Amino acid sequence: MTTQPDNLSRQDTAAAWVFILPAIAGLLSFVLLPFALALLLSFTNLRLGSPLPTEFMGWTQYQRIFTDTAFLRALGNNTLFALTVVPLQTVLALLLATLVNRPLRGMIAFRSLFFMPVVFPLSLVSVVWILMFAPGPQGTINSLLEFVTLGAWQPRDFLHDTFWALPAITLTSIWQGVGFQMVILLAALQSIPAELYEAAKVDGASGRQQFLHITLPQLRNALIFVVLVTTILAFRLFDQVQIMTQGGPQHATTTVMYEAVNAAFAGQQVARGAAMTVVFFTIVLLITLLQRYVLKHEKAIE
Amino acid sequence: MNHRRVLNSVLVYSLLPGMSLIFLIPVWMMLAGSFKADDLVLQHAGSLQGYFPASMSMQNYQDVFDRVPFLRYLLNSMLITSTIVIAGALVNSLAGYALARLRWPGRDWILLVIIALMIIPLEAIAVPLFYEVTLLGWRDTYLVQIVPFIANAFSIYLFYTFFLGLPREFEEAARIDGAGSWRIFFNIVAPNAKPVYAAVAILTFLTQWGSFLWPLMVTHSEEVRPLPLGIAAFYTLPPLQWGDIFAFGVMMVSPVLLVFIVFQRWFVAGVATTGVKG
Repeated sequence: MTTQPDNLSRQDTAAAWVFILPAIAGLLSFVLLPFALALLLSFTNLRLGSPLPTEFMGWTQYQRIFTDTAFLRALGNNTLFALTVVPLQTVLALLLATLVNRPLRGMIAFRSLFFMPVVFPLSLVSVVWILMFAPGPQGTINSLLEFVTLGAWQPRDFLHDTFWALPAITLTSIWQGVGFQMVILLAALQSIPAELYEAAKVDGASGRQQFLHITLPQLRNALIFVVLVTTILAFRLFDQVQIMTQGGPQHATTTVMYEAVNAAFAGQQVARGAAMTVVFFTIVLLITLLQRYVLKHEKAIE
Repeated sequence: MNHRRVLNSVLVYSLLPGMSLIFLIPVWMMLAGSFKADDLVLQHAGSLQGYFPASMSMQNYQDVFDRVPFLRYLLNSMLITSTIVIAGALVNSLAGYALARLRWPGRDWILLVIIALMIIPLEAIAVPLFYEVTLLGWRDTYLVQIVPFIANAFSIYLFYTFFLGLPREFEEAARIDGAGSWRIFFNIVAPNAKPVYAAVAILTFLTQWGSFLWPLMVTHSEEVRPLPLGIAAFYTLPPLQWGDIFAFGVMMVSPVLLVFIVFQRWFVAGVATTGVKG
């Protein structure tokens, strides 16, 4: 019954391969292979059901999408969406997390309420918010704005308005997603050592000073993480657009993923769709690298 | 100092209900609307009548079952999601354990690849994956909605970091007693890893239950489509009847809401773990 180290590690190796094989098979076939295919196909003219033979086309697909007004508009929309959703949602998540992070009665109920929309599928949330944005004076948002502005507000058809459609989707997305970020920030808030605040109180620091000089610096990593995740989510925007506006009116709410899916799915232009998702992935990669860089840089300063 | 504290509490207690209203209104509107006559839902959407229906009727719920195969969507969603959650927990925890505890050539290299794969979202590979499953002839099946999502790099990573932090003593004692890796894993490691299993299960559940883009691309018949596609299709099915749509919505979300209310601690803890890795 003696297990020599040599024998043991051979046993280990055999077991390890059995343990990891299903996962590797899955990741290889359904992540790595399609990822390589995306790069490969984007340089061809592949179409589903086309009688023409597939040919290598170099950068042609990329030239085409970067001169396509709808795709350029999609890139712009995603960027605008990210630039509004990320600050708004992060600040709101932080506000909610600090509100809920108090030893007062009933806080768990509020925390659950703010988190609740996270368990709602986006498709359902989108449909519900279509009614919230209903045109005419009887729409919820319209009548609310009319009430707040004492009747000065002119009711409008938000989702068919080239200016208001994207903000409407932004509001819907924040409502559904902010609870997720709140929970992450709440966990970070609760891991700040209480001694820091006690020491600050002894030194006579005000609530605002404590927030600026203890809370925010301690939350830095969590905040950077939340910003990263929300930015990437903003570039993945699809469900709300598909259900609420179909990219319209006049491409006002189209997104990179909406264009990619339409190319591949409705138009059967797999190569074109692949080129768009490669652009999408490049953006995600750049955002991730930027976050890594910021984290490293900040560590270097310490 | 003290009056400031009181002021602070007043502020918190007045800000909280205001915020709560924003989160409650759409949900309450859906619930109240589901009991109202279809034509009244839109008519009352902007007034208080919309939130306190004068009369309640279950007609909309009946209509849902008459107009669309709701139960089919529900069963499809449950089958697809639960298979991914259960198979994913098994496959990814085994992989995480092999990476964290077993010694084998190639381990560090594979760990690096898995960490790199974490940043590839489904969206980045959706189009070629669509092409791949078309070649495989998998379109419009359960298979195509389940198999690609079982192995998950992020789940493996969560298991890996959890197992690294687990004390080794019990495993070593069992090994000296002659237990093999399988027995050690299932009898000693897995029972001590409940928090990470719960976190992974909940995160997987949240993404898969709401999954929309992928089933939209690869399915077209009602027999295999899940709830999120069901509600989207129901919304576009003429005539537009908001009462019916909301009844669908209430039935779609209430089982999940119930699970959430019972296990909310686990939900919150599970989501919080995603932030810890950052």
